[in-house]
Amino acid sequence: MKHILVVDDEVDVQVLFEQRFRKEIRNGEIAFSFAFNADDAIAFLIHNVRSISLILSDINMPGKSGLDLLARVKKEFTNPPPVMVMITAYGDDTNYQQAKSLGADDFFTKPVDFIKLKERINNF
Amino acid sequence: MGFLISIFLSYRMRQFLALEPEKHGKWDELLKRILIISAVLLAIASGLNKHVPMFLAGYGILFWLCWNIYKLPEFSGIRSLMFSIAPLGAVTFLDDTFSFFLPSFYDEYDYFIQIGIIGGWVWFIATFISFQKQHKALKTERELRQKESKEAQLIAARKAVLELLVQERTSELKDQNEKLQQALNDLSAAQTQLIHSEKMASLGELTAGIAHEIQNPLNFINNFSELNAELADELKHALDNGDTEEAYAIINDIKNNQQKVVHHGKRADSIVKSMLQHSRGSGSTKEQINLNDLADECIRLSFHGMRAKEKSFNAKMETHFSDEVGQVEAVPGDVSRVLLNICTNAFYAVMQKSKKQIDGYSPVVVLETGVSNDKVWVKIKDNGDGIPPEALDKIFQPFFTTKPTGEGTGLGLSMSYDIIKKGHNGDIRVESVPGMGASFIIELPKK
Repeated sequence: MKHILVVDDEVDVQVLFEQRFRKEIRNGEIAFSFAFNADDAIAFLIHNVRSISLILSDINMPGKSGLDLLARVKKEFTNPPPVMVMITAYGDDTNYQQAKSLGADDFFTKPVDFIKLKERINNF
Repeated sequence: MGFLISIFLSYRMRQFLALEPEKHGKWDELLKRILIISAVLLAIASGLNKHVPMFLAGYGILFWLCWNIYKLPEFSGIRSLMFSIAPLGAVTFLDDTFSFFLPSFYDEYDYFIQIGIIGGWVWFIATFISFQKQHKALKTERELRQKESKEAQLIAARKAVLELLVQERTSELKDQNEKLQQALNDLSAAQTQLIHSEKMASLGELTAGIAHEIQNPLNFINNFSELNAELADELKHALDNGDTEEAYAIINDIKNNQQKVVHHGKRADSIVKSMLQHSRGSGSTKEQINLNDLADECIRLSFHGMRAKEKSFNAKMETHFSDEVGQVEAVPGDVSRVLLNICTNAFYAVMQKSKKQIDGYSPVVVLETGVSNDKVWVKIKDNGDGIPPEALDKIFQPFFTTKPTGEGTGLGLSMSYDIIKKGHNGDIRVESVPGMGASFIIELPKK
C-alpha cells in the first residue's frame, strides 16, 4: 500500500482526495495523510517518513512555502528519500524552476488532473 | 500832495499785488512806473510854486489809481485803503484847488480847511492801522489757504499715487487669485487622479493575489464537478447492482460535493465583486456585510499579491475570527479597500524585515476580529520593524509615506482614515513598538 502525504493549506483538498481515490482507499491500495502547512508536514514526517512513499505538496502556502518543505525534505529525510511531487499554479515558472533546482521529482499544475495523478501514483 | 498820495497808493497796490505776482505781472510793472514818475514829478513840483499842470497831473494820477481800485476786481482787497485815504486826498485837493484858484476864499477859510486836513490825516492813520491789521489778517488767511491748498494738492497727489498703487496691487492680487484658483483646480484634478492611481496601483498589486484566489475556487469547482460526474457513473453502477447502501453513500458525497461547488463558486464571485468595487470606486451605499469573510478575503488577497510581487517572500498568515462579529452595516468596497491597504502594509513591513535576514526571525501577520460593546473591531498585527515614533502622528496624513520613493503614494492610510472616520463613523488607530511591529485597529459601529 502506498502512503501519500498531501500538503496544502486548503482544507477541501482532503475531501477531494478522499473521494477521488475512494476505491483505492477502500481497497487498501493507497492511504492518505494530510498536512495543512509545512511545519505540520515536517512534524508528521519526523515520525512517519519511512511509511511515506510520496509527498504531494502545494508551493504557495502561508508560513513556510512548499519550496521550504522541499528543501528540508531533500536535506533531512534521505533514508530512504520520499518522492516529492510539487503542485504549482499555472504559469508560475519562477517557482517551477526553483523547485526543479531543489530536486523536485515531478510537477503537477493546478487544477490537478486526477487521472494523470493516479497514473503517476501507480508508477511510483 | 496828489503825487505823495499817489506814490503811497501805488506802493501799497504793488505790495498787495506782490501776494500773487504770477497773476499781476503787467500791473506791477505799470505801478512801478507810476511810482517812479510820481516821485520824479513830486521832486520837480516841490521846486515849483503853485504849478497848475503839476497840480492836475498829481491829482489826475491819484484819481486814476482810485478809479482802478474801485472798478477792477483784482484790487477789491485794497479798496478799504482807498476809502481811508480818499478823505485826505479830497481835503488836500480842495486845499490846493482853493489855494490855486480861490486864494481869497482859501485865506478866509484856511482854518477850516486845515482842520479838515488834520481830520483827513486822523481818518487816514486810524483806518490805515485798521487796514494794516486787516491786511495782515488777510495775508495770514491767504497764506493759510495757500498752505492748505498745497497740502490738499499734496494729499491729492499722494491719493492719486496710492490709488495707482491700490489699482496695481488689486490687479496683482486678482492675477494671483486667478493663478491660485487655477492651481487649486489643478490640485483638485491631481488629487482625483492620485486617488484613482492609488486605487489602480493597489489593484495592480493585488492582481496576482486575485488571480490566485480566483484560481483556487475554480480549481475546486472543476475538480468537484468532475468528481460528481464520476460519482454519478458509480451511482448508476451501484443502483444497477442493487447496492443501495453504496448508492446512498454516493448520493451523500454528490450532495456534499455540490455544496462545495456552490461554496467555491460564491467565493470566486465574492472576489470578483470585491475587485470590481475596488476599481470602480464603489458607491456609498451601506449594506450588511460579513466582516469576517471580507477580512479573510482581504488578507488572502494581500498575501498572494505580495507573494506575486516578491517571489522569495513568505510569511505566516494567522486569522482569528470571532463568531460574535456577524453582519456589519458598511460600504463593502470601502471597507475592503481599508483592509487590503492595511494588510498589504503589514506584509510589506514583514517582508522588509525579512530582507535583513535576522536569525530566528519569522514573519507573521495576524488578523483578529472581535466585538466590544456596540462596536466590532478588526486588528491587523505584524511583527515587522514597527513605525518610528516621530511618524506615528503623521501616518494618516495625505502624502505621508515611510516607503521609498515610487513604492507608496502616501494616500492609502489617509484614504483609509477618511473611509473609517467619515464614511462609517468608526475609528482607526495604530499602536507600534519600534523594532517589534505595528498593530492597526479598526472599529466600526455594529449598526
